[in-house]
Amino acid sequence: MTHTFIPVLIMLIVALGVGVVILSLNRVVGRHQRNPSKAAPYESGVPLLDTNRKRVNVRFYQIAMLFILFDIEAAFLYPWAVIYRDASHGNAGMFLFGEMLVFILLLGVGYVYVWKKKAFDWK
Amino acid sequence: MEQLTASMPLIVFVMIGTVAVASSILVVAMRNPVHSALFLLLTFLCVAVLFVMQKAEFVGAVQVLVYAGGIMVLFLFVVMLINVRHLPDERVLSNFWKGGFLVGLAVFALFVTMVRPGVYHDENPNKSKLSTVRDRVAINSTKNPGRLGHKRITRHNVNSEAVANALYTDYLVPFEVASLFLLVAMIGAIVIGKRELSAVEEETAPDYMLARVETEREIKEAMSA
Repeated sequence: MTHTFIPVLIMLIVALGVGVVILSLNRVVGRHQRNPSKAAPYESGVPLLDTNRKRVNVRFYQIAMLFILFDIEAAFLYPWAVIYRDASHGNAGMFLFGEMLVFILLLGVGYVYVWKKKAFDWK
Repeated sequence: MEQLTASMPLIVFVMIGTVAVASSILVVAMRNPVHSALFLLLTFLCVAVLFVMQKAEFVGAVQVLVYAGGIMVLFLFVVMLINVRHLPDERVLSNFWKGGFLVGLAVFALFVTMVRPGVYHDENPNKSKLSTVRDRVAINSTKNPGRLGHKRITRHNVNSEAVANALYTDYLVPFEVASLFLLVAMIGAIVIGKRELSAVEEETAPDYMLARVETEREIKEAMSA
């Protein structure tokens, strides 16, 4: 069982290796002249006008929360999609279809509510 | 080589478990909240690996999808929203460390005494239950050619399908209730982020907030004009 995840392990090792190689190449090959003006933050060649840590609009958070809710909805859809084709004969199939329809409809109510409240409009 | 393959799960468990514990300690020890969030991400990923090692691939996938993907975004947004600065470096332990230590010890004792085989799960857990699926497949009947017969087969290593079979039959009600929870959370997200201030809030809201609402209204009017 665990052997089927060896590709994942290899991918993780390669990802780690790429990161380590890039950083160490930078250290080995690059020149280091550290001075304060080089370390100072800038934007487009202009010194910073203001602090970089500012409060962001709460709307970002709202969008992120809605994203997670629909993300969880998608997570419930995955196992359903996995068994649906094999189980979709006769009554069992209709039952599966119906229960997912109820699930989606309940969330559809939420979707319409969010839409009507204009939470998707960025104004 | 044989021995190495046999002890492979143990090696991976020790490595991943060590990383998980170390990074979860670093979550609370880091002074920069963004660093804490990144170590939390590492903890989530390690826990996902542990789930996969327990043959719970579906839970592992959801762990990555929802926690590492979604919950992490929320944590980072909180860090951005509350405008947190670097905390002073000198103190690592807060004033409440004694109480926190006691609570941690109590929770640990609770886990050790309560969560053990035989209390929350079977004494001899049926490990194949959540990784095998009994299935009926159509085959050509050997007796009457041209007609379809059925054969029962057992498929292994299909955790997602086993979870799905349980979730959409035995646990149908919790599944539908979950959608209600999601609906409630959706409405809550809208209510939290609502823009219009009520009359009471107009009186109590600080001036800068009123000024901002005013500016936004002006911008909106200018845009629509």
